[in-house]
Amino acid sequence: MHQLTIAEIIRGLRDKQFSSVEITSHLLERIQQLDGHYNSFITVTGEQALRDAAAADTRLAQGDAPALCGVPIAHKDIFCTSGVRTSCGSKMLDNFVPPYDATVVDNFQQAGAVSLGKTNMDEFAMGSSNESSFYGAVKNPWDLERVPGGSSGGSAAAVAAQLVPGTTATDTGGSIRQPAALTGTTGLKPTYGRVSRWGMIAFASSLDQGGPIARTAEDVALMLSVMASADKKDSTCLDRPQQDYTANLNDTIAGLKIGVPKEYFGEGLDSEVGARVQDALKEYEKLGAQLVEISLPHTHLAVPAYYVIAPAEASANLSRFDGVRYGYRCENPADLRDLYMRSRGEGFGEEVKRRILVGSYALSAGYYDAYYNKAQQVRRLIKQDFVDAFNKVDVIMGPTAPNPAFKLGEKNADPVAMYLEDIYTIATNLAGLPGMSLPCGFAHGLPVGLQITGNYLDEARMLNVAHQFQQNSDWHQKTAPAAELRK
Amino acid sequence: MAVDAQTVEKLAELARIAISEETIDEVSSRLGDVLQLVDQLQAVNTDGVEPMAHPLDEVQVLRRDQVTEPNRREEFIALAPQSEAGLYLVPKVID
Repeated sequence: MHQLTIAEIIRGLRDKQFSSVEITSHLLERIQQLDGHYNSFITVTGEQALRDAAAADTRLAQGDAPALCGVPIAHKDIFCTSGVRTSCGSKMLDNFVPPYDATVVDNFQQAGAVSLGKTNMDEFAMGSSNESSFYGAVKNPWDLERVPGGSSGGSAAAVAAQLVPGTTATDTGGSIRQPAALTGTTGLKPTYGRVSRWGMIAFASSLDQGGPIARTAEDVALMLSVMASADKKDSTCLDRPQQDYTANLNDTIAGLKIGVPKEYFGEGLDSEVGARVQDALKEYEKLGAQLVEISLPHTHLAVPAYYVIAPAEASANLSRFDGVRYGYRCENPADLRDLYMRSRGEGFGEEVKRRILVGSYALSAGYYDAYYNKAQQVRRLIKQDFVDAFNKVDVIMGPTAPNPAFKLGEKNADPVAMYLEDIYTIATNLAGLPGMSLPCGFAHGLPVGLQITGNYLDEARMLNVAHQFQQNSDWHQKTAPAAELRK
Repeated sequence: MAVDAQTVEKLAELARIAISEETIDEVSSRLGDVLQLVDQLQAVNTDGVEPMAHPLDEVQVLRRDQVTEPNRREEFIALAPQSEAGLYLVPKVID
């Protein structure tokens, strides 16, 4: 049963091949047996999941079943869940039990989905390897000595290890797409504002966006149809109704114009990764698409601009964690200043502290214009590159990440090398565009991701383009060997 | 770009984050690496380019000045490390 996709689970539940309690129990047992190898979950909510599954079975029997009724999923531990610890991968929030649900969590509950728990993540979503979590690194199911990517590494690994068919995740600079690429899963970052950020713990507010990770584009479409909604609680959420993202999956892609940025295939790209992406592009040509070389001339500035803007916003967002109202408080503080300094010094991990300090530097008097303002100007140049490109093409394709999954600890001593793992994904966040990653082959025995970037609110077309590839390839059906060995 | 220990101490004070003496050199070095990366921006000509704070150039949504959420004071204050009589407790500020 753990091999079933979300679409197959929906059909199986409605055809009474199995019940929600049966598949939920099966996956909970699998998590208990296997997740010690992967560390992909921070919290497993088994009892609640079985209660929700039983309620879903009742609704299914009564013929009163919403879209994902009885389907097991898991939430990244960045989404607030009422009565369930929401740690954001941090010691700072190790004891935080929210009294409310994030809008995304609420949407899945309304759709009848059954949450199995909360997945591991880089602390406050800061990282590209899932090694900065307070709860320990997540292991890549394809090779337990390698990272699954970050920050949604727990969400991606849980799907790749077939512990759950779909998970929620978030993407600030590539944190859905990069782990999806490194684990052979399919993940989508929607247009900024398409999914509510209410109840999603903020890292960099103008970049953060929630989205799904699953095994297929069809499953991602099913999840996005639930996640994406207007939300009056989030003033940055776009005023668009929910839509059925599965409706256009089978449309023809003959005549599709695919932009291929020349900057995405230069220095720094692993040659085997590049070859697999080129193979995928040839497949698209066979399906009737037309490849058009384009240029995104400011691509090389995306990482520098991001590492001003994101830390600046993080330094403001994380100021709320001060040991006063909730979260970690240091022992025996001498006075209020000592309480702030030590609670934050002890509660935050090294990467989080580093980014807050960079953000404080960029925003401090004397440096604001040279760093923050400059980065915001470069951000507009990056967006304009995409606007110009989408005047010529329908979608843009290239590699998701420059390398396949690297070894645990390999880049820890060099944060800048780690930051460059998001070199192809970050520009999309700066521009607010939707992007996704889907498996397109293997390099050095590890999964490779093909990135599709779409125009604003063009998620349905991206999913159609990805689904057509998956109808004509089987890379998304490959199973991580580590998971197979431990069945 | 080099970042000296004094600058790190000043930043730590601004950010209210305690940095131990033993790690200050490493923090300085790592911060220097990051700032060297972002210094690439200085070479770009951005004359006349409007800064972009929001990817969709959206304007702030306004609503009527009416209460729309219930008062959940007790639930929120229950999350505090220390509280008393509906107030958050912090260490003494003034002797």
